[in-house]
Amino acid sequence: MPAESGSNRRPETAAFFQRDRTWHPPALTPGYKSSVLRSPQKALLSFDNTQSEIAGPVFGHAMLGELDADLIHNFAKPGESAIGERIIVHGRVLDERGVGVPGVLIEFWQANAGGRYRHKKDGYLAPLDPNFGGCGRTITGDDGGYAFRTVKPGPYPWPNGPNDWRPAHIHFSVFGHGFAQRLITQMYFEGDPLIWKCPIVRGIADKAAIEALTAILDTQATIPMDALAYKFDIVLRGRRSSLFENRLEGN
Amino acid sequence: MAQSLDRLRESPSQTAGPYVHIGLTPNFCSISGVYATDLGTTMVNDKTKGERIGLKIRVLDGTGTPLKDALIEIWQADADGLYNSPAELRGAADPNFQGWGRCPTDMETGVCAFETIKPGRVPFRDGRLMAPHITLWIVARGINLGLHTRLYFSDEEEANAGDPILARIEHRIRVPTLVAERQGNAYVFDVHLQGERETVFFDS
Ligand SMILES: [Fe+3]
Repeated sequence: MPAESGSNRRPETAAFFQRDRTWHPPALTPGYKSSVLRSPQKALLSFDNTQSEIAGPVFGHAMLGELDADLIHNFAKPGESAIGERIIVHGRVLDERGVGVPGVLIEFWQANAGGRYRHKKDGYLAPLDPNFGGCGRTITGDDGGYAFRTVKPGPYPWPNGPNDWRPAHIHFSVFGHGFAQRLITQMYFEGDPLIWKCPIVRGIADKAAIEALTAILDTQATIPMDALAYKFDIVLRGRRSSLFENRLEGN
Repeated sequence: MAQSLDRLRESPSQTAGPYVHIGLTPNFCSISGVYATDLGTTMVNDKTKGERIGLKIRVLDGTGTPLKDALIEIWQADADGLYNSPAELRGAADPNFQGWGRCPTDMETGVCAFETIKPGRVPFRDGRLMAPHITLWIVARGINLGLHTRLYFSDEEEANAGDPILARIEHRIRVPTLVAERQGNAYVFDVHLQGERETVFFDS
């Protein structure tokens, strides 16, 4: 087994807590039209995790480039920088037991300050910023902590209803230690009135769950005369304790 | 009132949206110079042990139209049935095989093409061997929570017949939705999101 560098802890190998599917948006959320023909309709096949779900790929810090966590500069010409409200996004990746999860690869992507994505399918009339690509990544530290620098993305209109707008958001992709923890989600910004009108957000039934995706302004983490800061914690599925688990012979 | 369990709740999922490429495969969508290569595009090298196979996977919506903006990740054991993961305590996996790959669907054809190896068999919780399989995770615009399923192999009939997960599928007519057809050195697999042939998706 590959050793976790700098760690002599025994790797955890227990199954994950059952996913609470009433807390997540259901597959079919008709207000979000794209879900109508892309939502499975039959019951899911439920089973306790096997080794295929308990294990997961590991990504080492060696894969990271110097500017991977700096969207203001990682696509910009030398000496230039992306336009927009400069922000730091920071937080921790925890599991449902409240334990920080180290060594987690987080990838993020977003529109530029005007709400435009660098993607040939995005035809919104807001201009592209020649110095902004819109992607970044990092790996959590020993306590599950992470941080990156970017510009605050703008809200944008999208073809759903005749006049639907996405709130400002950053997309997050997160790997845990087991493939069953794999998660993609979005981060919203405290105080944005568009959050509560968005058909994608409203696929989530519980207001508390929406608030869990809303980053909070963190004035203690700002860089004076440089960047505002938002704190965004991410929670992955927790592992059961295997202490008293009655495992059958041969496993 | 009783005490609190003090547990957190998993962050709710949100769709990857139509621009998932920007974050996960930026070179694929012409954002070059940020990462040297897109993560997960190459799974095997000259030294990887095992039978080389291709996978050609499509994801079809409720009208039978292939998705052209989806992204598939696969996760599998090496040729000996070992995962390249700290949670693998049965032995050391092939150092030349990470077992994880990522591929966006082709913007014209909707096909995801992986070059990998045929995985070995992995034990189920009770020690019985599962049939060779590859775990699939699918995200796209319109998919609110990543879809989890497996790809089994058409030329592993005997192993498939004894697989403890396939055995749990109540409606036997749905078992073939998880079996990829061999065509030469490749396996062809259509994931149906809806309809009569809806793929069996997992909650695990
Ligand atoms: Fe978006």
